[in-house]
Amino acid sequence: MEGKRSVRMCCLCNERRASLSRPKTLEQICRECFYLAFEDEIHQIIVSNRLFIRGDRVAIGASGGKDSTVLAYVLSKLNRIHDYGLHLFLLSVDEGITGYRDDSLETVHRNQIQYGLPLKVVSYKDLYGWTMDEIVKLIGLKNNCTFCGVFRRQALDRGAAFLKADKLVTGHNADDIAETVLLNILRGDIARLSRCSSIITAEDGPIPRCKPFKYTYEKEIVMYAYFKKFDYFSTECIYSPNAYRGFAREFIKDLERIRPRAILDVIKSGENFRISTTTKMPEQGTCERCGYISSQKWCKACVLLDGLNRGLPKLGIGRSRVAIGCKEENESHGGKSIESKQCGSLDF
Amino acid sequence: MQLTLEFGGGLELLCDSKKIHNVNVEFEQQNGEDKLTMKGLLSWVRTNLIKERPEMFMKGDTVRPGVLVLVNDCDWELSGQLNTSLEEKDVVVFISTLHGG
Repeated sequence: MEGKRSVRMCCLCNERRASLSRPKTLEQICRECFYLAFEDEIHQIIVSNRLFIRGDRVAIGASGGKDSTVLAYVLSKLNRIHDYGLHLFLLSVDEGITGYRDDSLETVHRNQIQYGLPLKVVSYKDLYGWTMDEIVKLIGLKNNCTFCGVFRRQALDRGAAFLKADKLVTGHNADDIAETVLLNILRGDIARLSRCSSIITAEDGPIPRCKPFKYTYEKEIVMYAYFKKFDYFSTECIYSPNAYRGFAREFIKDLERIRPRAILDVIKSGENFRISTTTKMPEQGTCERCGYISSQKWCKACVLLDGLNRGLPKLGIGRSRVAIGCKEENESHGGKSIESKQCGSLDF
Repeated sequence: MQLTLEFGGGLELLCDSKKIHNVNVEFEQQNGEDKLTMKGLLSWVRTNLIKERPEMFMKGDTVRPGVLVLVNDCDWELSGQLNTSLEEKDVVVFISTLHGG
């Protein structure tokens, strides 16, 4: 566009200058209309999916990053103006990553003061006896996210139980969920695929988890935080560069550039997956060692911890998915067909 | 042309950890145009300000997908992205969204 810069007016109110283009709808709107639309959409999602009931104690997974900061702000605001009657708490996990988590925890402490919400921090060191720094020293720079993700899941549940929370909310946004759908397809993990696109999951742990930002674009969360001048921590975890999720993310971002609605469409596809009744699905039971939810004899966290404590850091990682106590099998048996493999066991 | 450039969301790490840069961009006239566009600015930034890992900032001619660009607090999607023309004293903000939340 050559010549004098044209000023576009907001397509909703037509009174103010448009400040951004919404990826979901391609509408060009001003800041004030954006705030209202953003907040109202979250409110509608909360109400139509019946995420909460009056009196619920809700723990907000808070990392100090952009999603959880905006989540804490918006949830407190909606709780106030729509009178949800919720008791909100901030719950933070300290994985023990120097130079990353110690800085972002400072942000959460600031959020605690800014939003007036009580804060609980749980640490890997206290829960498991290992910090991520120590784990990475032992296992190297591959598969870090496997350990951290598994441990974090349990850590959040423990923290939420301590707070006597009825629900746990996390700031996973549409981009995150689209990435997860892709990841699960690439891995052939049907069990996870059917769970990962639900807005509220009760099967993953003792406390139901919800993702109010499930249909919210990452771009909008960042713009909201930027215009409102929120204080958030924004650095990549130092151990993440080799994570497989990075590839899914690149792809989703490239897709978004071509057709922004693709993100919502990927999520929709994930929701619409139907699994053949002849496919063997893992059954849910409890871990023999710690009682946590598990589809195997031991939950993943116990398997990983056992490996760490015995100096066998590869236990529970990689190709063979065998029960504890068995020798590691070589999976290259000729003639085994794809259908007979237990779901979740296709590796790259 | 005097401009103020801001880097956020972790991008500042690519420019000596400095978030705000007040710069004077010298540009060549192209095709008889005497306007600096975002396309020209990006190229200038890559050459002059990005000290490491340029692939985190740019992909091809434009910013890496996941980097938001605001010109005077307005989404550059509204003004034509790379074709956005810049004026004296404009403020351009680059925010990366590619990190944990």
